[in-house]
Parts: sequence; structure tokens; C-alpha cells
Amino acid sequence: MARMKFLCDADRCIECNACTVACKNEHDVPWGINRRRVVTINDGKPGERSISMACMHCTDAPCAAVCPVNCFYTTVDAVVLHSKDLCIGCGYCFYACPFGAPQYPRVGNFGSRGKMDKCTYCAAGPEADGSVAEYEKYGSNRLAEGKLPLCAEMCSTKSLLAGDGEIIAQIYKERVLKRGYGSGAWGWKTAYRETVAI
Amino acid sequence: MKQAFKSIRAVAVALGLALVAAAPVLTTSTPAEAQQTGVAPRTGGAGDSGRNPTADSVNEEALFKNNDKLQGTVTLPDSKASILVQPQGRDYRQFREGWLPWIGGIAIIGMLLALAVFYFTRGRIRLDHSEESGRKILRFNAFERFSHWLTASCFIVLAITGLNYIFGKRLLMPLIGPDAFASFSQWGKYAHTFLSWPFMLGVLFMIVVWVRDNIPSRVDWAWLKRGGGFLGDAHPDAGRFNAGQKIIFWIVALFGIAMSVTGIIMLFPFSAADINGMQLAQYVHATVGVIFIAVMIAHIYIGSLGMEGAYDAMGSGEVDLAWARRHHRLWVEQQQKSKGAHNPHIGPRPAPAE
Repeated sequence: MARMKFLCDADRCIECNACTVACKNEHDVPWGINRRRVVTINDGKPGERSISMACMHCTDAPCAAVCPVNCFYTTVDAVVLHSKDLCIGCGYCFYACPFGAPQYPRVGNFGSRGKMDKCTYCAAGPEADGSVAEYEKYGSNRLAEGKLPLCAEMCSTKSLLAGDGEIIAQIYKERVLKRGYGSGAWGWKTAYRETVAI
Repeated sequence: MKQAFKSIRAVAVALGLALVAAAPVLTTSTPAEAQQTGVAPRTGGAGDSGRNPTADSVNEEALFKNNDKLQGTVTLPDSKASILVQPQGRDYRQFREGWLPWIGGIAIIGMLLALAVFYFTRGRIRLDHSEESGRKILRFNAFERFSHWLTASCFIVLAITGLNYIFGKRLLMPLIGPDAFASFSQWGKYAHTFLSWPFMLGVLFMIVVWVRDNIPSRVDWAWLKRGGGFLGDAHPDAGRFNAGQKIIFWIVALFGIAMSVTGIIMLFPFSAADINGMQLAQYVHATVGVIFIAVMIAHIYIGSLGMEGAYDAMGSGEVDLAWARRHHRLWVEQQQKSKGAHNPHIGPRPAPAE
């Protein structure tokens, strides 16, 4: 089994936001919920870089650890998923997540959050693969169809890579060696406690 | 007059031209200054057209040397989204899963054990009978009792639902299963957020009605030095509230305010604090909360099981005069002096059949 990861090659990202649009469209993500976003560091200054960020599907995920109802689980592909049937919308996972991945619909007064929503690595949730209930809660399940996350598949500059961690790290390494520079595998140290050594 | 105006205008135009001419001189910077602003100095020659794009590119490792979190700009109308990486989430996890269950467990189980030891060694503090037994004196009026029970009933629900956030998945979930536990926790969350408001109101009421009787005095020091009568049979003098009760009052007031402030920050997430502020609010709210619960367990014990006659003060509001004179002699004397012997509350009454 693969160990699925995301890697954003910031030296290739052109901040076109196609990944965020692809994600929104593929999963019918409601208004106000952003499973993926593009953050620009040093915007307008020399050396600015944009990074597409979503759930990094951490090793030993902090969200899963702090959840008071244990609604998270990790799949055999090391994708971190959660059950919206169990989630109570307490918001703790957002405080623990280093990447700001968990999102909540506002459902009532006093910060009452609805069921948490986040990037599923296009692997949906605990319901039966491809079922209507699964799509309504989590969006489509591309992984079950043998496809990779749409954000990375759509990426026009192939900046955003998705797939087995070792394979995408190898692709990134070759790029860096060939072009002679690289700004690093953003978030890898925090998410996986490892980085791509060149 | 017209002539004077013309000459003023001429001077103004001349000054303006002089400033425009001086501007390039003022803004020209040295290469050293350019480097400080992050722009690489142009060296000219062949390298000029093809600058290495990595020369000044941002790099995660370098950024983390100067920042504790990575923040950028984002096109979304959501300030939280602009934070790219905040490793403090790992610290929050360490607190919530590493420290908090231990702090809470030790505080609460430690208090229960201490009370059990006290109960089995000292036993109930009994009502001493005297010739005044059976007569009643009003200790807490209706509004005082309302404020107390408003706060107390909310506190019990808030404490149970609050502890559920920490210990529920460890203790309750294995017993009732994940689905039932999630439903319970969902309702617990709503109870915790909505009952926080009457709780805060109750704390406010109690502070207002009791603060003047809880100012520390010299009598309290003597009371504390004699162990408050908990050890041995002594009954040191006390006013309306003894030093122990004053300590409880101030704990409720200060902890109540701390819980309210951090609670309000969490009731309106990200409106008063950023991500690290929200984490800090949780640290304070959870730590103060578990200690608050431990203290309140002791308060409940001494107000019910621990001392005979004490519960009446908050139950019916009237206490046995013999009990009051034993425990709050100065207060009874003051009451009798100010209200006189004809006070309807201080008079012979048939003793309840027990």
C-alpha cells in the first residue's frame, strides 16, 4: 500500500487557483468552506512564492488525537478521514491542525459549528464507496476509482503533486537537481516529521 | 492686493519645482540599503538579464528561523486561511492529550480522596445543641438562594459536559459505543454553550450580593490559624462568612470571571483572538475549569454531607440559631443587635420533627 502525500513545488506554482476551483467543483463544496487554498508568501516582494495547501494527511495526525469523540481514522493509504456522523463540531481539530485544514459551516448562535469538513484526498468517508450518502457528506471518491486527487491532476504547471510519498519526493528531487533550486517541500517537516533531502 | 497674491503664487510654484527637482536625489539609495530591503543589487554585465530565481526566493526552513508560524496572503475573505503552517497546533495537542487529562485527573481524584480521608477520620461535623436549638434565623434571602442555585445548577451541567470533552472518549465511549457517545456529546456541546450564559449571570449576581460580606478581615486570620474548627472541636469566631467561605467566594468570583472571559472568546471564535489566542483561551479555560470542579466538589461536600445543619442555609434559607451562633457568632450578634428582639425570623418556632 502506498503512503499518500501532497507536495507543492512552490517554484512552479503560478497561483492560478485551479486546484481550489477543481476541489470545490468536484465535491460540491458549499460556500464558505475551502478544503484547499493558495497562500502567497511575501506577496509582491522579490522571491514571493505561492503554496497550495489543504489537509496534509499527517503522520500521527494532531486533529485525530485531540478529537473528543474520536471521529477520525486513517485509511490503509495513510489518508486521514473522519466520520461526519460522529463529529460534533467542537472546533478542536482546527486549533490542533498546523495547516488550517478543518472547515466548519456556521449553523447557529455562539460559534456553533456544524460538522467539520476537510480535504478527503478525494477518498470521501466511511460510507460505502460511490454511494449517494458518501457523496452528499464528503464528495466524490476518486481514490476508490483508482484516480488521484483532482487538484493535483488538474494542476497546469504540475506544481501540486499527489501520490505515494516516495514517488512524489523522487519527482521533486529530480526537478530540483535539474533546475538547480527548490524552496522545499512545504509543510512536510510539520506533517510527516521528515523533509525531502536533496 | 492682486499684486501681492501673484507674488505669493510665484513663490509657491518655485518651491514646488524645487521639490520635484530634489526628489531623485532624496530617493536614490545605496546598494547596502537595497540589500536590507530584500532587493538583490544589480551587478550589471552578463548576469543582469538572467538572475537566478532562487537568489531571494522564500524558503520554509529559513522562514521558520525568524517566525514561529508561516503567514502569507490569500484571496479568501477569511483571515484564518492566510496562515500556511502553525506548528503550535502540535503544542496544543500535547497540552490537550498529554497534560490536561493528568491535571484534571489528579485534581479531581485527589480532592475526592482527600474528602474521603477527612470523612472517615473526622466524620460529619455535628450540630451542637443548645437552648437556642429549634429557633431559626434567616441566613440567605430568596434572591441570594436563586443566584446560588442558578449558578450551581448550570455549573453541574457545565462541569459534566466540560469533563466529557476530556474524559468522555476515555471513560464513557467504551461503555456506550461511538454513536450514542457522539449524540450525547453533541447535546453536551449545545448545553455547554447555551448554559454558559445563565452561569455567567449567576456569577455576576453572586459577586454583587456577597462581595461586601467577603472582604478579608482580622477575624479571618484568627479563624485560619485555628484551622477553622475542622480539626478539633474549636469554633473560631466568624462574621457572616468565615475565612473558608470567603476563600470559596473569591475562587468562584475569580475563576468564574476567568472561565467567562475565555469562554466568551471561544463562543465567538476568531473574533477576539487569532489561532494562538484561541489555543491560549483553551489552555486557561480547561486548566482553570478542572481545578474549579475540584474546589466545588469540596464546597458541595461541606455544604451537604460534611456539616450537619449547613445545607438549610441554601435550602430553606433559614438555619438553626444554635448552629448559626456556633459557626457565625459575630454575624448573629450583629443581626440581633440591628433588628432587635422582635425580628420575625429570630423567634421561638416549633422544631421540625426529625
